[in-house]
Amino acid sequence: MNTLEFSLLVCGCSLVAGLVGALTGLGGGVVLVPLLTLLFKVDIRYAVGASLVSVIATSSGAAAAYVKEGFSNIRIGMFLEIATTLGALLGANLAARVSTHAIAIVFGFVLLFSAYFSRKPRTEAERAIPPDPLATRLRLNGSFPDADGVRNYNVQHVPAGWGLMLGAGALSGLLGIGSGAMKVLAMDQAMKIPFKVSTTTSNFMIGVTAAASAGVYLHRGYIDPGLVMPVMLGVLAGSMIGAKVLIRAHTKWLRLGFSVVILLLAIEMLYNGLSGRI
Amino acid sequence: MPPVKSWTDQRIENLLANLLRAGVLLSALVVLAGGGIYLFRHGQAPVEFRVFRGEPADLRSLHGIIRSASQLHARGIIQLGLLLLIATPVARVALSIFGFAKERDGTYVVFTLIVFSVLLYSLLGTT
Repeated sequence: MNTLEFSLLVCGCSLVAGLVGALTGLGGGVVLVPLLTLLFKVDIRYAVGASLVSVIATSSGAAAAYVKEGFSNIRIGMFLEIATTLGALLGANLAARVSTHAIAIVFGFVLLFSAYFSRKPRTEAERAIPPDPLATRLRLNGSFPDADGVRNYNVQHVPAGWGLMLGAGALSGLLGIGSGAMKVLAMDQAMKIPFKVSTTTSNFMIGVTAAASAGVYLHRGYIDPGLVMPVMLGVLAGSMIGAKVLIRAHTKWLRLGFSVVILLLAIEMLYNGLSGRI
Repeated sequence: MPPVKSWTDQRIENLLANLLRAGVLLSALVVLAGGGIYLFRHGQAPVEFRVFRGEPADLRSLHGIIRSASQLHARGIIQLGLLLLIATPVARVALSIFGFAKERDGTYVVFTLIVFSVLLYSLLGTT
């Protein structure tokens, strides 16, 4: 296989990953690294670098659509970005110190979590919780348009959410993923922010978090232009197409199929990490 | 929350969203141009990502990338596009500082400045 064939093939696969990622709302980043390392035999450090850059592209590209819906909360986003960027810096520095086997194993567990998370039924957030003094002081509480008019929400457990975000940032920096699932978990479950607000705010934060570790990756020589080029262009094109057809698609079966793929990749990743092949 | 405030928030967010979109589009075009040249010149070369060797120094620093791109090296041009992409969220954070300052929200100006410094440190800091 020469460089031209390799680039076209990688671009095609990345396009599918980006498309399915956008349609299912799970993001394409989580399958990119396993795809590159398991299928194309790319060194995991190059794969992580390419994935991280693509995450910035899809997050920033999709942000425009989300913001217009008026769901994302810019204050929650900025306050939690302090945690995610610090975590990302930590994770990116950790990536250079731990072995590639360890990265593969951690990746496997994160994939398992993502597969589980994508199947978990959504619980409707409790309404009318009294405001938390810290959240009020930080002006995190907000409102969003709902079926029955404007709905207000009060943010809870700010320190716990902040801590989880530090972890989400570290995973993002270590594995080159957006770690959107963990960000949503921190906001939706711990901080009791409505699901729609959580997902859109998480998307808004992903680009900034990834940029924090991208600098470290660039200096370390993990970002190879020849590899990132087809990955980034493919994922970006896929996610843009995905955002366009989102309304028409039947996402239920797609989500199920995608979570099965993630589960299989998790097993493969764990096996390769534990047996020392990666 | 008074209506005037939320309107300002919404306006800042729209501005930021457009900035993000423009940044991504611009970087994609630069990467596409560099990618075209790269595949035209090196398309027949064998693939070499199996073994990690790390990038050469001129593709790892801000200064090196700009120099490499200005000499029209294909890989340098792609890397410049990727640098633009990484800079896009950083610019978004920078604009947010301005936005919160206009709303006279001192706490969030400080929060945003912290995020901005972390990003700058990562991008320009230690090699």
